[in-house]
Amino acid sequence: MTTQAGAAVATAAAQPPHPKKVRARRNWGDGVLRLVAGLVLLFLFLPIFVIILFSFNKPLGKFNYAWQGFTFENWADPFKYPALTDALLLSLNVAAVSTAIALVLGTLVAIALVRQRWRGHRAVDTFLILPLTAPEVVIGAALLTLFLDFGWAAGYTTILIAHIAFEVSFIAMTVRARVRGFDWTLEDASLDLGAGPARTFFRVTLPLIVPGIVAAAMLSFALSLDDFIITYFVSGSTVTYPLYVNAAVKAAVPPQINVLATAILGASLLLLAVGTLWRRKRFEG
Amino acid sequence: MAEVAASSRQRSKIAPYLMVLPALVYLGVFFVVPFFTLARTSLSETSGSVFLPTLTFAWDFGNYTQAFSEYREPILRSFGYAFVATVLCLLMAFPLAYVIAFKAGRFKNLILGLVILPFFVTFLIRTLAWKTILADEGWVVSALGTVGLLPEEGRLLSTSWAVIGGLTYNWIIFMILPLYVSLEKIDPRLLEASKDLYSSATRSFRKVILPLAMPGVLAGSMLVFIPSVGDFINADYLGSTQTTMIGNVIQKQFLVVKDYPAAAALSLVLMLIILGGVLLYTRALGTEDLV
Repeated sequence: MTTQAGAAVATAAAQPPHPKKVRARRNWGDGVLRLVAGLVLLFLFLPIFVIILFSFNKPLGKFNYAWQGFTFENWADPFKYPALTDALLLSLNVAAVSTAIALVLGTLVAIALVRQRWRGHRAVDTFLILPLTAPEVVIGAALLTLFLDFGWAAGYTTILIAHIAFEVSFIAMTVRARVRGFDWTLEDASLDLGAGPARTFFRVTLPLIVPGIVAAAMLSFALSLDDFIITYFVSGSTVTYPLYVNAAVKAAVPPQINVLATAILGASLLLLAVGTLWRRKRFEG
Repeated sequence: MAEVAASSRQRSKIAPYLMVLPALVYLGVFFVVPFFTLARTSLSETSGSVFLPTLTFAWDFGNYTQAFSEYREPILRSFGYAFVATVLCLLMAFPLAYVIAFKAGRFKNLILGLVILPFFVTFLIRTLAWKTILADEGWVVSALGTVGLLPEEGRLLSTSWAVIGGLTYNWIIFMILPLYVSLEKIDPRLLEASKDLYSSATRSFRKVILPLAMPGVLAGSMLVFIPSVGDFINADYLGSTQTTMIGNVIQKQFLVVKDYPAAAALSLVLMLIILGGVLLYTRALGTEDLV
């Protein structure tokens, strides 16, 4: 995913789906429409099938591009390449740390934007959208010139700084979309009833916005884990998971790349299912 | 803004400023200042060794004219590819978004989940999978060859269409989701009304659905076009030296050749073109449909 992706995912997730009843007779136009939609869905999944299939491949040379034969060997030894495992662990680390920091910065902005009107809130709104619409190659290049100017060595810290920079806007926008339309007078009620500002924040405000924050955190984590272009510019010799994959494309692509990708996909699917069930249980009884 | 709730209590006047301050300071240092250093670099002269060039600021606008004359083709190609990819995304995403919004019934959430699922696999690995699918010895090429759609010795990989296809695939989700969001908002009774008033299906589409879906179409087009125009992975993995895009040039100049001024000039031009488009868009439609 790129930064733009996250924004789109966040909006769609924020829409409360309500069932629609359209008086429609089935005709052949309807059938064609469904067929086309099905084909597009198939198009989305075609590479995924290939990735899963090739995790069971037994490649002859260095590259896992042509089908040779079925094997479970790759799955039996998913961590065969320590460099790949290290890169994945580093990416998880960067994703967790940067998301935690960006979450604090972004959530504060989101609350300030929705809760009340103030001079300049529109300008801040437009400003926040800019990091989401700038091409990643330009953000990466600009950050590189900054770090060169500062004389900072590229590495873990610069990757972290870059990731936080693109996550802040994204988190602010996602949380904002989720908490729009809340009844903020509840805060007043709490204050009127004698709770202090701190108590009000932790007992009233925070529980209201937590679902939005969780959604933003998950998407921000995914964005960070997947970021290649910006990271490529500011990483120096540090290797994250996408950077490892890119280097592999030039040298040797082991099937373990497919194994780990499939495993991540499975884990995400599981998380998604658990999240859906939890939400259903909590909100729909 | 309607979503700002009216409050009985006069809220603290400085609280919102204190709340946005940390983020604004951070973005100021690590998003705005980088564009100044980028601009400075684009106007500098290089001297010294190729491996560790020394930059001196010199108001050297020659970097811009040089970048334009030398890389005219990749610049034009990037905008062309991104445009075609955006149109393809729109054509493919519309039927799917429409079916999810109006025809999916209780499978709506399931199909939405399925649409998002492929994007949990790293972008690079997905693009790599297309390399396998489009390979010369792959089944797609042989199938197309058998049907006669592809000439003998014809290739898919390393062509412009492979790159455009990759761009379309990687960013179609940003078209599907905003389209779905705006279609979902359409009141189905409007469609019934148009049918009751003897409007044909095509006319209903043109006069009711399309105008109401326009915010989604515009937001989606922007969200697809921007990452496409700056991308270099698809051209790198699926293309050839004949399909070089502006992103490839920027990447190579910065990280391989280390001709920082030319690369900075190119990046800045790309950014300014896109910034112009984005500001026009937010002026006209606001930021609500985007995020």
